[in-house]
Amino acid sequence: MSVKIHISQKTRTKIEEICESFSNNTGELINVLHKTQDYLGYLPAEAQEVIAQELGISTAKVYGVVSFYSFFTMIPKGRFPISICMGTACYVRGAERILDEFKHLLKLNVGETGADGLFSLASLRCVGACGLAPVVLVGEKVYGRLATDDVRNIVEEYQNVGFTV
Amino acid sequence: MENNKKQLRIALRNCGFINPENIEDYIAHSGYAALASVLETNDPQATIDVIKKSGLRGRGGGGFPTGLKWEIASKNHADQKYVVCNADEGDPGAFMDRSILEGDPHSILEAMAINGFCIGASKGLIYIRAEYPLAIERLLIAIKQAEEAGLLGRNIFGLGFNFDIELRYGAGAFVCGEETALIHSMEGDRGEPTFKPPFPAQSGYLGKPTNVNNVETFANIPVIILKGWEWFASIGTEKSKGTKVFALAGKIDNVGLIEVPMGITLREVIYEIGGGIKDDRKFKAVQTGGPSGGCLTEKFLDTPIDYDNLIDAGSMMGSGGMIVMDEDDCMVSVAKFYLDFTVEESCGKCSPCRIGNKRLYEILDKITEGKGTMEDLDHLKNLSKVIKDTALCGLGQTSPNPVLSTIENFWGEYVYHVVDKKCPAGQCKALKSYIINPDLCIGCTACARACPVGAIKGEKKMPHEINQANCIKCGACVEKCKFNAISIK
Ligand SMILES: Cc1cc2nc3c(=O)[nH]c(=O)nc-3n(C[C@H](O)[C@H](O)[C@H](O)COP(=O)(O)O)c2cc1C
Ligand code: SF4
Ligand code: SF4
Ligand code: FES
Repeated sequence: MSVKIHISQKTRTKIEEICESFSNNTGELINVLHKTQDYLGYLPAEAQEVIAQELGISTAKVYGVVSFYSFFTMIPKGRFPISICMGTACYVRGAERILDEFKHLLKLNVGETGADGLFSLASLRCVGACGLAPVVLVGEKVYGRLATDDVRNIVEEYQNVGFTV
Repeated sequence: MENNKKQLRIALRNCGFINPENIEDYIAHSGYAALASVLETNDPQATIDVIKKSGLRGRGGGGFPTGLKWEIASKNHADQKYVVCNADEGDPGAFMDRSILEGDPHSILEAMAINGFCIGASKGLIYIRAEYPLAIERLLIAIKQAEEAGLLGRNIFGLGFNFDIELRYGAGAFVCGEETALIHSMEGDRGEPTFKPPFPAQSGYLGKPTNVNNVETFANIPVIILKGWEWFASIGTEKSKGTKVFALAGKIDNVGLIEVPMGITLREVIYEIGGGIKDDRKFKAVQTGGPSGGCLTEKFLDTPIDYDNLIDAGSMMGSGGMIVMDEDDCMVSVAKFYLDFTVEESCGKCSPCRIGNKRLYEILDKITEGKGTMEDLDHLKNLSKVIKDTALCGLGQTSPNPVLSTIENFWGEYVYHVVDKKCPAGQCKALKSYIINPDLCIGCTACARACPVGAIKGEKKMPHEINQANCIKCGACVEKCKFNAISIK
């Protein structure tokens, strides 16, 4: 599932520059993808085509690498990306119930972005804050020791921000 | 937890005590002195011998003797060799390596340079998870400072040795922690493992001899050189020397990173360092070794923790995740949790792992849904054996361990799910029912208002009742009832 877009000349030039900065070296494909995703927020098919051309490899090879690694995504994240830690420490402290509550309130599944682009839902494996388990990240902000009741407050907090700006 | 006398900091010696962004601070704590002495002695084999005699074994999970690994790489001749630091830390629920990289990055650079000198490599690569931005930032700062100070780069200490270090980024694939997969990933490919031999020490990065070690393994190197192998070998058990860092988590009062000498018992870790089980619940099991490991029950509480004892007990050291579970944890669900992880992380290259683990997961799911049969338990055991015997890499070869170990230690709990259709820990949603005790219910209607699906009916001031067919088992009613009238059966 990918969003069909037409990339602008500016974006194309930027991607070409990224490839160039790694000397168009195939061995640097993963670094090129990291930098491109940093810039665009995700890796649409059209960006992968540009990368393939620049590095002189097939689009299938690029897609093969993009789809292998969970860090790379082909759909844009929401304005407030919500990530629920499903690492072991969080799991034994009830992360699954927290995830279910987010799914229920946002009507999203893991890996989806809402139609209004406000929220996206993802699961992570251990963010290194196990002492605060269960842990949820909204963007870079960490929420720890959550109970299911807190979930509604978090969602509302961002919904309100979303409406005021 | 720092001051507990059961703990001993070797790998974490500087974490929290020095400023990781200031090389002077590291140097003031004997930093780069080990590298200087190794280069001055100018005898790679002598240094390898020190590491061999220290008894240090790989902290990345396998426990392979580090000195021996270096020796093999040093004896393979090639125009170019590589030193790789495995900082992929994939075990979900562990962050030992991240803490070392963030708290003491120079110790890793120093150790890699020592390793490079010993095996004849002039290039080091750190394969680090992109999910660790702070560790990446600190490493980049440290590399720059070391280069400026002439401790990395050309002609280090003016003694003619050249060594530089670059970072390579992971992109969220657990299997890339496996060394052959890691090497393919560093080459820009999908991180799929390949058959060993050839081992990386023979043919690794770009086909050249490559020595791969874990972060924590490297963190031990400079101290061993400064304090001597005799000192290191005096700590620990006969076959496991030194300390191990664990990420202690789960149902315990004090969670966090601990570093303990090999040979400590689980009881000491849980009760003396961890402060005992949370809310005075009953201890049930400890999971070590992450998705490749198993659980240890009460009968192993007094077993000294080392590589070999943990394997004999049906688990493994792993990279250091240590999850404590209490009576409220369902062991079938725990096994299912790990299998869910393995299914997601299997690279798909070989069918036993790609298909077999999916089937294991489905059977476990069926059991937690209350639809399992005794035959399913046989299938679990047989399929687990087949996967272990036939999978290509360590991921698949160890993925059934959580299933086998919970079956072995908690057979009764599996049978209870299958035959009685009950979850003794009360965790499996499908197997529990919420019941209102008519003698305690005063008909306040709080539960009925809380129920998201309207499953509770009853007249005001009359005992209420739950329609079991509609109840989605969310537990909202229990939390709202002030009269403890609702119980889980
Ligand atoms: C599926 C799988 C995942 C692994 N993940 C890691 C890891 O995250 N970090 C690590 O250091 N070693 C990991 N290893 C072990 C490495 O393959 C390798 O043995 C280790 O990096 C060697 O270093 P050591 O001898 O210092 O432990 C993993 C192995 C397998 C099979
Ligand atoms: S065992 Fe699993 S992870 Fe390893 S190669 Fe086979 S499919 Fe890939
Ligand atoms: S457990 Fe949830 S769904 Fe079931 S009766 Fe109670 S509130 Fe309603
Ligand atoms: S398991 Fe969630 S932060 Fe570690």
